[in-house]
Amino acid sequence: MALPAPRKKLSTPESVYLVEVIKGMFLTMSHVIKNILDQDRFRTIEYPDMRKPMAARYRGAHRLTTRPDGKVKCVACMCCPTICPAKCITIIAGEAADDPAEKFPIEFDIDMLRCIFCGFCVEACPKDAIRMDTKIYEINAYTRQDMVHNKSYMINLMDGLKPEAEDVYRAHPEQAPAGYTFDEKPVA
Amino acid sequence: MSFETVLPYLIVLGKCVFAVAFVMQIVPLLIWGERKGAAYIQDRPGPNRADIMGIRAGGLVHTLNDVVKLVMKEDIVPQHVEKFYWALAPVIAMTVALVTFIVVPFGDTFMGVPLKVSDIDGGLLFVLAMTSLGVYGIMLAGWASNNKFSLLGGLRASAQMVSYELAMGLSAVVIFLGSGSLSLSVIAEQQALPLELGFISIPAFNWNVFSVPGAIAFILFWVAAFAETNRTPFDLPEGEAELVGGYHTEYSSLRFALFFMAEYANMIVASAVTATLFFGGYNVPFLNGETIRANADTLVALIGFGAVPVLLFFSALAWKRRNRPFYRAIAVDDIRHREPKFWTATWLGLAVVHAGVGVLGLSGIIGANGPTGIGPDTVAFVLQLTALALKVLLGCWIMIWVRWTLPRFRYDQLMNLGWRVMLPVALVNVFVAAVWIIVKESLFA
Repeated sequence: MALPAPRKKLSTPESVYLVEVIKGMFLTMSHVIKNILDQDRFRTIEYPDMRKPMAARYRGAHRLTTRPDGKVKCVACMCCPTICPAKCITIIAGEAADDPAEKFPIEFDIDMLRCIFCGFCVEACPKDAIRMDTKIYEINAYTRQDMVHNKSYMINLMDGLKPEAEDVYRAHPEQAPAGYTFDEKPVA
Repeated sequence: MSFETVLPYLIVLGKCVFAVAFVMQIVPLLIWGERKGAAYIQDRPGPNRADIMGIRAGGLVHTLNDVVKLVMKEDIVPQHVEKFYWALAPVIAMTVALVTFIVVPFGDTFMGVPLKVSDIDGGLLFVLAMTSLGVYGIMLAGWASNNKFSLLGGLRASAQMVSYELAMGLSAVVIFLGSGSLSLSVIAEQQALPLELGFISIPAFNWNVFSVPGAIAFILFWVAAFAETNRTPFDLPEGEAELVGGYHTEYSSLRFALFFMAEYANMIVASAVTATLFFGGYNVPFLNGETIRANADTLVALIGFGAVPVLLFFSALAWKRRNRPFYRAIAVDDIRHREPKFWTATWLGLAVVHAGVGVLGLSGIIGANGPTGIGPDTVAFVLQLTALALKVLLGCWIMIWVRWTLPRFRYDQLMNLGWRVMLPVALVNVFVAAVWIIVKESLFA
């Protein structure tokens, strides 16, 4: 049995509830009046019309970067599937004889249902081929298959495939966090 | 059957429809006020998504949405309930809530017709009787639902209502000690009389609340009204933390809607009765019926022109809102961009209408057919109804305000307050009132 918690002895004005009740009501009314006069006091972000500006280091959906000639930077070195603690990256490598890189991913799938957004793949990549700087947090689909992001999807991720924070920032720079700089759009 | 024989019945029917409509029109407004008030107290914007053609009206459209939702929902009848009483309970709750309003006067007379549905001599007793009947709806719902949480809710409701009825009745005693009548219309009329202080006569401040026993009785009556309408801090019958939903757990669809509306109808009726007993009912301060009728033109001109700057201010506010971050965030072709323009235009239009009303007052055609004509009577009716509606809305807002300020009482605290604080205070107050009346009569009579 737990001991009953010690109760604070109420002073006389406190034990007549009315005074304290009226004090409390003045407090709540002051909030109502302030909120009616200045609606910008609300800290509510009216999603989906407004979005929270994500921090620069926020890890969103993955994208694959490309070289100026349009091909993926990835050389299928298998660093990212190796370090991935969730084992969600699947790469099928292929040879590119006409390319100085010699090796490229034929398929590059990330199972977003398994991904834990640790960012190790980004850290491990020697070629800066995979990034999580999209700030996309609306990763959703109607089927499990659609939750596996494939190579072309991840290359074109920033090209208006989905509503995304960066698009909002481009349209309304005043909503972007202070000092936010736009990445160059990857060439598809 | 000639028109003359049917007319009295038609008038009574019209007044009945008016009384029900008056209550039912305020209900959606209160639901909106409850949501928006709660939101503003808690520093959030509240409901603002539903729109009709891009007009969101600050969340009012959500109430419409609710009606559609509640009507369209499946009406589930659980297998284990006592079907007849279970179905009867919400009907009782709603009927009793609406019926109480018939003794509340909403104006003096209009073309010789007294503006109250029924002028029962024992109007105050009728109010107390009907509020006690209200507990049957909740008790039946709790018992017939045939589950322990609903039953507990019903039990709490009945215990609480029985406890607070005493204090409520005793504070009403103070009123009819002063008025000498139980009729609500007589009580309202007496509060319109000027305040006689022996050497001076003020045409206001004669409301029952402006006396020591009256003020105490008002506080007691108002607290008891909270308990009778099952509003926070006395909403233990539906204490969702302990009792799921209390007595209305097993109800869905329109049956739930009936309980929901009955709660708000009860709030309106409690506010209306309190306004009539303590705040002069339909009386406009400083303006009794004769004064309004004699100065109908001046009043119309004053109100008409007085409203114009206020409406222009609203219009400017609406126009300013189009720069809010929300409107900058949504797409350029979003339908909701028309909302600031719509409200600017609406307020401007209303300002023009009010200016027209003011011109009507200046032209002098309202009071032209004498102080008993249809013009002055209409002005008196509108003003007095507005006064009552404002008092009712203020009372309802205080109920909402208290709900989102105070935590719920524990059950023993509730019983303590009812039996050991409010009942003795109410008893002593009756004696104070008797002494007060004797002193007042010996001083000023």
